[in-house]
Amino acid sequence: MMSRVAKWRRGGAPEGDRRIVSVADWRRPGVRRTLRTIHGVTLVFLFIVGMGPLLWLAKSAITPTQDTLRTPMALWPHGFDLSYLVTAWTQTHIDRYFMNTVWIVVGCWLVQITVATTAAYTLSILRPRFGNVILGLVLATLFVPSIVLLVPLYLTVVNVPFLNISMIDTFWAVWLPAGASAFNIVIMKRFFDGLPHEIFEAARVDGAGPFRLFWSVVLPMSRPILGVVSVFAVIGEWKDYLWPLLVLRNPDLQPLSVRLPTLQSSTQLDIFLAALLISSAIPIALFLLFQRMFLRGSGLSGAIKG
Amino acid sequence: MPKRRGMRTWVSRDGLSTLVFLLPLLIIFGVFSWFPIGRALVMSFQETNLVSPPTWVGFNNFVNVLSDPLFGTAVSNTLYFMLLALIFGYPIPLVLAVVMSETRHFKGLYSALAYLPVVIPPVVSVLLWRFFYDASPNGVFNSILGWVGLGPFPWLQDPGTAMPSIVLEATWAAAGGTVIIYLAALLSVPPELYDAAEVDGASIWNKIWHVTLPHLRGILLITLILQFIATAQLFTEPYLFTGGGPANSTTTVLLLIYHYAFQNSLGGDYGMAAALSVMLAAFLGIFTAVYFWLTRSWSTSS
Repeated sequence: MMSRVAKWRRGGAPEGDRRIVSVADWRRPGVRRTLRTIHGVTLVFLFIVGMGPLLWLAKSAITPTQDTLRTPMALWPHGFDLSYLVTAWTQTHIDRYFMNTVWIVVGCWLVQITVATTAAYTLSILRPRFGNVILGLVLATLFVPSIVLLVPLYLTVVNVPFLNISMIDTFWAVWLPAGASAFNIVIMKRFFDGLPHEIFEAARVDGAGPFRLFWSVVLPMSRPILGVVSVFAVIGEWKDYLWPLLVLRNPDLQPLSVRLPTLQSSTQLDIFLAALLISSAIPIALFLLFQRMFLRGSGLSGAIKG
Repeated sequence: MPKRRGMRTWVSRDGLSTLVFLLPLLIIFGVFSWFPIGRALVMSFQETNLVSPPTWVGFNNFVNVLSDPLFGTAVSNTLYFMLLALIFGYPIPLVLAVVMSETRHFKGLYSALAYLPVVIPPVVSVLLWRFFYDASPNGVFNSILGWVGLGPFPWLQDPGTAMPSIVLEATWAAAGGTVIIYLAALLSVPPELYDAAEVDGASIWNKIWHVTLPHLRGILLITLILQFIATAQLFTEPYLFTGGGPANSTTTVLLLIYHYAFQNSLGGDYGMAAALSVMLAAFLGIFTAVYFWLTRSWSTSS
């Protein structure tokens, strides 16, 4: 069964459209009525639970504070005003924190992609003699819950071994540790393992060296998996809170996620809610753009990373 | 496999470039993964304060943690959290996935709606829900419940309801991911089994009970383990909702680690934090090992 799930996740055809309810079941009016009701109720439930909080946030981000406090569930008792979004963006430095988040995410993405592609290329295609030992050491880190690393990783960043420098209050403190994702390497290597090795042989015969093979053959063939790893890297880093909170103490460098809780006490409610809306905009946009990617392969990847 | 050996001899002529390709992995994992893992173990037996050189203190850190009155509170709070997360969050995604897999229209809409809360940044969700949980009668949830004559409830303000409130939000934020896993697993049930069941005159309910659920047994166990591992490590939710209060009713093991290391007025007690981390890791390691044992066919099939 597992392998069948895996096969499906790798893009193979699903097992046909046949499900629990058969055509004969559907023909019975009682069954049909019950199922339609269940499906309708489920859709309404999902809409309220999944969209409700967001819609409320969107509404409250453009209504006055007093309305939100006194009658939080009223639609627009005293009209709405898009200027709260503008105020949030310009006057509370949300623009700066937003750009900090963007910088952090871009750097983390670059480090993650670099480590994952080069590592998977070596372990899957170049296959050095000691490759399995290294792969084993990488896989072993999957067994260690990330939280265990919190304190020692923090101390490592405070005083980087051999270099004796501190990365605290630099983006490097967030960028570099992000690369140590065994999960990225595993899925990237699995994809590389599935590439046709004859092509690499042909490239070698044509005189391509390891670098050329990597850059001009393997990477262009890996666009699908690069997309998957990228989208999850971006969303994951956008959501991160605890680690940037620890290593970026200077408010001028902090990303949105770290600033929002502090902003709450110093900002008017309507402006604050507008800020919340702004910081969810990018992840939601990415989700809507790449829905298929999320709804197909996300579950497991998201779960293991935790 | 001669092909592979061919690649290897090619490489051995150029071991240097192999090393270059391995460098990012070796440096990043060496400095930010392998070294800190080793250090966590070493630190748990040391007294470290970053100023004076660390000294070996044997099992003192572990003894200090175990004799901390907050340790028992944190462990029982974490277990309570895991139990509540199980009650709230375990059956709902399964029911949703079974219903959703039977829809004929708007399939994409159902799963998009279910998954949407997962992509919202946790900080945003928590701050938003903290506002929803306003204990005054004008709070969002209290207004809604007021329409049907319930409440107002104290939500996060009361030691009795604080933890369930946190778990409710955490469940909302995570359930979509589990739904997607179940939807994929439901596709893998061989259709012949349903046909066979129908020949025996099985009703829809019979088919769910005797075909679908037995077939999902493996994946149900996996999501159970994943949920245990994830809930034991939640930080953002209890930290931002309540900071451990009221009256330490939501202090989890993770908040305690954070407290030891980063919130101590006398300077961080990194040794105690490391000792507690190692204990948590050992406990979770059991679950992780079972998880990888169950999913081993995924990583080897390729």
